Amino acid sequence: MSNRLANLKRLATSGIVASGLLAALAGPGLAQEQVQKGGTLSVIVQPEPPILVLGLNQQGPTQTVAGKIYEGLLRYDHDLQPMPGLAESWDVSADGLSYGFKLRRNAQWHDGTPFTAKDVVFSATKFLPEVHPRARANFSHVESVEAPDDYTVVFKLKQPFPAFIKAFEVSTAPIMPAHIYEGTDYKQNPKNATPIGTGPFKFDKWVKGSNIHLVRNDKYYLEGKPYLDDIYFRVIPDAASRALALETGEVDISQYNDVEPFDVQRLKALPHLTMTTKGYEFVAPLSWIELNTREAPLNDKRFRQALMYGLDRQFIRDRIWFGLGRVATGPVNSVTPNYEADVAKYAYDPDKAKALLDEMGLKPGSGGTRAEITLTPMPYGETWARAAEYIKQSWSKIGVKVNLASTDVAGWVQKVSNWDYQATNNFVYQYGDPSLGVARTYTTENIRKGVMFSNTMGYSNPELDALFAKAAVENDPAKRAGQLGQAQKILVDDVPVIWLLEMEFPTFVNKRVHNAVTTAIGTSENFADVWVEKKK
Amino acid sequence: MAAIASFLGRRLIKSVFILFAIVVINFMLVRAAPGDPAMVMAGEAGAADQQYVEQLREQFGLNRPIHEQLGIYLADVATGDLGYSYRQQRPVWDLIGERLPPTLVLTGFAFVLALTAGVLLGTLAAMRAGTWSDSAITVLALLSYATPIYWVGLMLILLFSVQLGWLPAFGYETVGGGYEGWDRVTDIGAHLILPVVTLGLFYMAVYARLTRASILEVRDMDFVKTARAKGLTEARIVFRHVLRNAILPVITFAGIQAGHLIGGSILIETVFAWPGIGRLAFDAVLQRDYQVLLGIFFVTSVMVIVFNIVTDLVYSLVDPRIEVA
Repeated sequence: MSNRLANLKRLATSGIVASGLLAALAGPGLAQEQVQKGGTLSVIVQPEPPILVLGLNQQGPTQTVAGKIYEGLLRYDHDLQPMPGLAESWDVSADGLSYGFKLRRNAQWHDGTPFTAKDVVFSATKFLPEVHPRARANFSHVESVEAPDDYTVVFKLKQPFPAFIKAFEVSTAPIMPAHIYEGTDYKQNPKNATPIGTGPFKFDKWVKGSNIHLVRNDKYYLEGKPYLDDIYFRVIPDAASRALALETGEVDISQYNDVEPFDVQRLKALPHLTMTTKGYEFVAPLSWIELNTREAPLNDKRFRQALMYGLDRQFIRDRIWFGLGRVATGPVNSVTPNYEADVAKYAYDPDKAKALLDEMGLKPGSGGTRAEITLTPMPYGETWARAAEYIKQSWSKIGVKVNLASTDVAGWVQKVSNWDYQATNNFVYQYGDPSLGVARTYTTENIRKGVMFSNTMGYSNPELDALFAKAAVENDPAKRAGQLGQAQKILVDDVPVIWLLEMEFPTFVNKRVHNAVTTAIGTSENFADVWVEKKK
Repeated sequence: MAAIASFLGRRLIKSVFILFAIVVINFMLVRAAPGDPAMVMAGEAGAADQQYVEQLREQFGLNRPIHEQLGIYLADVATGDLGYSYRQQRPVWDLIGERLPPTLVLTGFAFVLALTAGVLLGTLAAMRAGTWSDSAITVLALLSYATPIYWVGLMLILLFSVQLGWLPAFGYETVGGGYEGWDRVTDIGAHLILPVVTLGLFYMAVYARLTRASILEVRDMDFVKTARAKGLTEARIVFRHVLRNAILPVITFAGIQAGHLIGGSILIETVFAWPGIGRLAFDAVLQRDYQVLLGIFFVTSVMVIVFNIVTDLVYSLVDPRIEVA
């Protein structure tokens, strides 16, 4: 009741906003929106990041804040095509072995030191390979990094690696200041408390447990940008309180899991908020139920297929994620390049599931139970717990009894990374290319005990390994698409994991904020283009 | 006076041993939880390899044998050093020092509010036992005690922040307000009201019920009858004779609660985005940030011990029949 009252009250008071909106809708071509300079933006950051040095920590919340302080050489549009970042222009040689970048000439670090090719070489050859697991993997393909002059950098690869063009996003390869870190112990550097980047916003103050304050970088290399005076990142630990903060206008932007899926419809209806699911193309998360394929009966492909048929994934999307996301058809998210649509389909079909279990000789015992497995729900919020409960119910209908074993993040990582589990939920980012974010989950060489987000299922298929290995170094796009397509067909038939959804997250933006989501990394972007209407 | 000095001396010596045991037990206890901080960080990063986890373990000192880690920690604590949070890249003392004041302000005000309002309401209810005002107070106390504290918090936010717009909903002060001096105090005060009331209501209920029950026991005793027979005013009877004899259980409970003030209230701090130590502790549990967690345990233990001693002293002041021993 109180919500409805609040809405009514707001409707009454938002006449001005509404009429302004109508004007904008009526003639977007006529009324060219005038950029307004100045103003303060308030963004939710949750959970609070441990540190803000993006080279040392790449958690989501760290990216949200540090993505404004640090920059990568490239940025990516919604179709994952590269755009200028710290590199003004770039070119890739026809043989796919050489990547040349022309750098900004007037960029400087927040302490006034000029930014040069030296910083890029230092980051790519020393800093990142030392401390950043994803960059370490990407730059392992590099033969040499050279700087012919202060504003040119050339990467020479050992062999072609077409995914390399996606390796320059700000969280994947943040450019770090050589003059601060060279020759020091990166993790213990005292300057880590006051991050120095090249981005449009400078670090000002961090009140732990409350907020992080960034201020405008007046010497930013793009004329007139950024538009905002400053940004506050607010730590609001409770999901209901976060929704309220958006409602009252105390914060302007939320992203990822800030708002629980069951709150989305309510907030969407508020007149001062817009909701978009764009801006997650680079991470393109895919969720699944991971199965420990070392153990019977999970080691039998038919059993895994039966689990796939026995799950109404459309229901999970519609009722548990309240319409966010798309049912996944296979291991590659449809927004990631080289997605293969022509694969075996697993529509909800409990009878088919039972037939497969019969074929395996798993007959219903007492109470109709054919097999029993333990599912460890992912400890990342209420929605995952609900999903686990639904999965338990669904599979019991095909005779697979599921025991739920809940734990916290540390316990979950401990269990899954040490293969001490039978089934668990997980979701993993794809980073714009199957060679970067997909192959790692399924290849034999990435079965590594104690390492999270590796091939923790223990799935191994030499034919698939060969395809992924070839595709990684295939410079011919058509051939590469064929190899990756074939790999996807094999995986969908083998079902090493039960793919659930191509995940979408709701980004809520107050209507006074413009250009909040313009690229493939959404609100982790540097916000040089973001501007706000003056509060009336 | 000498009795009190020797009492304090003996209690302090005991306390050192208790603290030592607490530190050792806590140290073992936090390690018993599955996983470690390196795993949490790997889990949060969304990508990891062997080298990443090993580097973290080495940096956190987790690659040494556990008895060695315990030895290092005990030596550090003995010199007043609570260690370093590698996750947050800050000394533990700094983290606690930063987060403790907001918590103490919150719990301190809530404590005072709960104690005064609780004792007053409880007395009022007891003296008018059986009337409508007694029933009203009892029902209010029962409701405040039984309603989930986070729900009360959210409802208060909905009413006073969202609907009426009178009070700020979250945080310790206006972010970006840039207030100085008295303006800042007023600003923090406005932010304090909702969390203090939410937290205070809960404890108020406890004190009200304790006081009421205790007074009902005392008020028909012979000495009260005597006082009444002497023709004393009702107020004097209640405050000098009844309440003073009925207050001991309340002091006991207040002593226990005071020791817990520093632990804050995780729920309140979460709902109101209050940057206090309760949340720091809660996050440290989930993140397996051992040093921070142990540091908070240590400070809390010291607080509990101190308040236990203070409570015993207060007993003897309020009721001279009780001697410190």
